[in-house]
Amino acid sequence: MLDVEVLNITKRFGEFTAVNGLNFNVQHGEVFGLLGPNGAGKSTLFRMLTTLVPPTSGSARINGFDIVENPNGVRHSIGVIPQAMTSDLDLTADENMRIYAKLYGIPREKHRVTIDSLLAAVDLTQWRDKPLKTFSGGMRRRLEIARGLVHEPKIFFLDEPTTGLDPISRVAVWDMLSKLKRERDLTIVMTTHYMDEADKLCDRIAIVDHGKLVALDSPLKLKTSIPGKNILEVSFSSVPAGWTETLHKLPEVIDVKADDNVYRISSHNGPITTVELMTAAKVAGVTVTSLSVQSTTLDDVFVHYTGRQLRDALQAPAPQVHLRGRPQ
Amino acid sequence: MIRIWAIIERDLRRFRASPVLMFMSTLMPIVQLVVLGYAFGGNVKNLRLGIVDEDHGVPAIKLKEMCQAVSANAATFYTVAYDNQAEAVRDLRNGRLSAVLNIPPLFSRKVLAGLNPEIGYIEDNTDQFSSSALGASLQQMLGAFNASTIAPRVQAKATLSVVEVYPYVPYIQYLLPGTITLSIFVSAMIGGGIIFIDDKARGLHEGYLVTPISKFELILGFTASGVIKAVISGVVLVTIGSLIAGIPDPLNVFRLARLFLLVVMTAMALISMMFLLVVRVNDPLLPRALFGMLNTILYFPSGAVYPINGFPAWMRVITKIDPFTYAVHGFKEVLLKGTGIGAVFPDILFLLGFTLAAMGLATLLFRRTL
Repeated sequence: MLDVEVLNITKRFGEFTAVNGLNFNVQHGEVFGLLGPNGAGKSTLFRMLTTLVPPTSGSARINGFDIVENPNGVRHSIGVIPQAMTSDLDLTADENMRIYAKLYGIPREKHRVTIDSLLAAVDLTQWRDKPLKTFSGGMRRRLEIARGLVHEPKIFFLDEPTTGLDPISRVAVWDMLSKLKRERDLTIVMTTHYMDEADKLCDRIAIVDHGKLVALDSPLKLKTSIPGKNILEVSFSSVPAGWTETLHKLPEVIDVKADDNVYRISSHNGPITTVELMTAAKVAGVTVTSLSVQSTTLDDVFVHYTGRQLRDALQAPAPQVHLRGRPQ
Repeated sequence: MIRIWAIIERDLRRFRASPVLMFMSTLMPIVQLVVLGYAFGGNVKNLRLGIVDEDHGVPAIKLKEMCQAVSANAATFYTVAYDNQAEAVRDLRNGRLSAVLNIPPLFSRKVLAGLNPEIGYIEDNTDQFSSSALGASLQQMLGAFNASTIAPRVQAKATLSVVEVYPYVPYIQYLLPGTITLSIFVSAMIGGGIIFIDDKARGLHEGYLVTPISKFELILGFTASGVIKAVISGVVLVTIGSLIAGIPDPLNVFRLARLFLLVVMTAMALISMMFLLVVRVNDPLLPRALFGMLNTILYFPSGAVYPINGFPAWMRVITKIDPFTYAVHGFKEVLLKGTGIGAVFPDILFLLGFTLAAMGLATLLFRRTL
């Protein structure tokens, strides 16, 4: 059964096309990840799917409801955790939950049971009467997750759920999401900038760049889809002319990319290439200043498909609020 | 209905969490009432009048004694004697005196000969209030100085026989209707549409825009919570303000009920107006910048501090469409004249019409999406 069907969806802001004719489906029970550099259009896509921004053309059906024709049907079916923390800091955890229960029209008599079970699920029961301004970032994010499930939605949308959290809080959020998904039979659609997060949580990943879908598959298949099993990152003290060509000719080498003094060599067999590389360096009188050999990661997949390093994202975190201008 | 209440509850709980904001929004109009009421309401006193006597005759002495009588009783001014005019004028220019009275050398002779003697009067005319108070006091004194000791046989002076319909209204009471309206306005500024802009600036609105709440429920929720806060502020001002200003019988239940109706109508009009003004605004600094200008453009032309009849024609156009005008008029009628609902019916009708028009337009312009 399809929980999300995206049908040729497009969003333009004036001359700029943020999302350009995307098509994909999400099956019931899947964890679906949206990856892409900043400005790739994933947040705009996220906002269209959660009825916050109307599409310019095309459409999408969430739980069978069209996002344009029946946005309220969509809103009843989905729980949403936006990128910005959207709970009220002046209110307690319990008050925040209650207000959202009312916004979703949950009958008053069900409030207590629902809120109790959700706060227990995210380990916040003992803090229920404390104002949110006293909570850490991880606690707030966990409350948002509980709040997003107050109306027992079928599909859970999360926009960068662990951005800004410390490693322990991130792992806690992952565990909670996995548990909640299992217990509540949820379909999850999430965006993230963390490749390890996508690798660990997602059944399938869509990589979006320049508003278009550039790859869509399971993390494993995506990793095998790019050439090479290993990536060697090597830097040298100084290199003679034609050094890149020399590296290309080493056994098992598929590709060599030079960025300043750092060479990224993709290879079918990392250990053999490494041995031959050291020999070639010795013969040429070149000193190897650093060397690392890694298995292909989603980072490599990301770089392969988008042609950019993820550090772009770290240098320019997506703005949480769009006061003016076009959204991400 | 439950969703509208969720928006109201969220807003009121947040408001409750900021007691300082709540206190300050009520305190500001009270401070203004007390400061303006007492600053403008009292008589001008203790001005310094320099007297240069170049005559030294009996009438001159009589005149100086009358001046001393004024300083001993009404205390509008007290006198400082000078030997020559140059020194007195120098002190006037240096701000040590408000005016100089010069009794010229032949003053007494002219008085006794009935030759219309003139007294020199040099005034600091930069301060109109002091200058007119001093002028009026001296004119009154000279009237007494000129009065014949033997009255003519036939009196032919026309005088006004004054009948005051209402008890004496001190300026602080005159100011109270405007202050109540101002307190509702301050509350509308900090608790009305600006809440939605603050939510937008902090990204909080994304949280509730993904819920099934409708545009109409959102607007009604924000308006209702704004009105509740503004009404609380208005009621506090009606009660405390009446006590401070000394309105007779301040706790008369029937009058309080009429005042409550006016407070609610005013709150609805001002909250709707603010919502309309900021419905498409995203920058939280803009409404704060608007505050000073709106305050001036709404409060002063409304007749809250000065009668409308004195305004130029262009300002009277603002007066006509300014909801403050009708609120202030309504509060004046009920507070100062104790009139019934009939007298303020046109005001209530205007405020209701204004509310409906502003809300209708705001609903049209409101965008539920980002």
